[in-house]
Amino acid sequence: MQTTELQKVASQVRRDILRQVHGCQSGHPGGSLGCTDLLVELYFNSMNLKSDATGKVEFHMDGLNEDVFFLSNGHISPLLYSVLARRGYFPVAELASFRKLNTRLQGHPTPHEHLEGIRIASGSLGQGLSVAIGVAQAKKLNGDPSTVYCLMGDGEQNEGQVWEAAMYAPHHNVNNLIAFIDENGQQIDGPTEKVMNNLDLEAKYKAFGWQVLRVDGNDMAALTAIIQKAKSLFMNNKPVMVIMKTEMGAGVDFMMHSHKWHGVAPNDEQLDAALGQLEETLGDY
Amino acid sequence: MALFTYETKKDTRSGFGAGMEYLSVNNPKVVALCADLIGSLKLEAFIKNSPERFFQTGIAEANMIGLAAGLSIGGYVPFATTFANFGTGRVYDQIRQSVAYSGKNVKIACSHAGLTLGEDGATHQILEDIGLMKMLPGMVVINPCDYNQTKAATIAAAAFDGPVYLRFGRPVVPVFTPENQVFEIGKALHLIEGSDVSIFATGHLVWEAIIAAEILLEKGIHAEVINIHTIKPLDTKAIHDSVAKTGCLVSAEEHQINGGLGDSIAQYLALNMPTPQEFVGVNDSFGESGKPADLMEKYGLNAQSIVDKAMKVIARKKA
Repeated sequence: MQTTELQKVASQVRRDILRQVHGCQSGHPGGSLGCTDLLVELYFNSMNLKSDATGKVEFHMDGLNEDVFFLSNGHISPLLYSVLARRGYFPVAELASFRKLNTRLQGHPTPHEHLEGIRIASGSLGQGLSVAIGVAQAKKLNGDPSTVYCLMGDGEQNEGQVWEAAMYAPHHNVNNLIAFIDENGQQIDGPTEKVMNNLDLEAKYKAFGWQVLRVDGNDMAALTAIIQKAKSLFMNNKPVMVIMKTEMGAGVDFMMHSHKWHGVAPNDEQLDAALGQLEETLGDY
Repeated sequence: MALFTYETKKDTRSGFGAGMEYLSVNNPKVVALCADLIGSLKLEAFIKNSPERFFQTGIAEANMIGLAAGLSIGGYVPFATTFANFGTGRVYDQIRQSVAYSGKNVKIACSHAGLTLGEDGATHQILEDIGLMKMLPGMVVINPCDYNQTKAATIAAAAFDGPVYLRFGRPVVPVFTPENQVFEIGKALHLIEGSDVSIFATGHLVWEAIIAAEILLEKGIHAEVINIHTIKPLDTKAIHDSVAKTGCLVSAEEHQINGGLGDSIAQYLALNMPTPQEFVGVNDSFGESGKPADLMEKYGLNAQSIVDKAMKVIARKKA
């Protein structure tokens, strides 16, 4: 898909995020908006997904012979749900049930309700990279050449398990994995540098044996290019970490440059103002 | 009077190793992970037979649980292995979210459970693992009693589709169950028929229950001994039928009384058939360093303790 088309999808996904969070007055719009461009790029361009003869995507839990994605920072679920629905995994209308009783779109993603596209629960932070590595190793055992993707938050880097996984993947030459860190510089209690300073994540991951790249996570063309670049590095037999600078709340001017919108839903006027900045490209649900 | 005999003593963890050796040859989907304790978990034969299906995680158990969840997504049947303390309590949230809530076909197989770990002391002697694991929705909890049963349980766990906690121990104990038995998850085993008191035992306490029944028989008391190798799902029919006959029971386990087998039985009976019950288990205490047999005596987890509780509960029944 061309960059301009991807940007149109991203605009609709951002509308979906805001409308989901507004609909239940709960959820995490800031990080969801910040990572929208990456997930749209992956699911609508770079990832090779299984589909039927008509081109409609098919969900298989084992993800065999297709690229798979794991969201470790599960609180940006409205983004994942919108992208999965828009890509055809489940009806777009179901987005209206986000976080409501009896929904498959739980506050944080889970396969427990059998939502197509979800392979693992996430929400309790720090666990997704380990799972992604396990899937990557299963792919190697299966002789499956496809790629595993994972996204984590920068606040999530506080979790010890992340560093257990960081140590493991290069040691075991897991060279079919591209992980991303959403470096938006914010966590719940404030800027990451104040709450728990990650300092130089690039140096840290390099010291653990990763190949590290950097990208502007809100530049669609740059994302497409960096994913291609990351895949070209698999030949070195090591996993790739992409540190992705994003703007929390990207796409809505009054939600940017602050962590205020990490876990706060817009009211009616705020929703109208935000939607006014985002073109409805694929039709609202 | 010997009601059961044995020829050798072996450790249950070696039964696990033998089960894994069998699976290395007979189930190409089984993979093993270990957090720097290959020798303790007796995984040498599995690794020798199928090195590509073994994953050394280093001393990083949280990552190991996530890796196992991932491998299960890719169609494999992972056994995540370490000491019971590090494989359950240390990584409870990882098991809860990435395995149990996610419904993954992961086997958490742990050695060195309970007091019989011995000299290493309370830091390693987990007595809460059965409770932690049985509280997780969908988690199967198995605590086999000897080498042969642990081998069979390992093979059965691999064939079962869903998360399983398999708990075994360090010391050598009598091998008294049949070689190459078929292990049926959730099916209690009647070892000794009796009419005066039911003894429901799990793990290392099953042999102690047999000895206790022999001592009781010398006193003219006919104890029924049932091996509850699966704590969850609990064989409530076996419990119901036995207690309907005997009218009282003793539960016996190398675990805290809080959250253990006895507590599961009591919960069932409270709702269905309130019955006098005594508990053999650790009573809200940590363990300590010492020789396994000395520890089991000090904390009241041996045959004599079962006998004492049986006499007490029979008296309560008659009162």
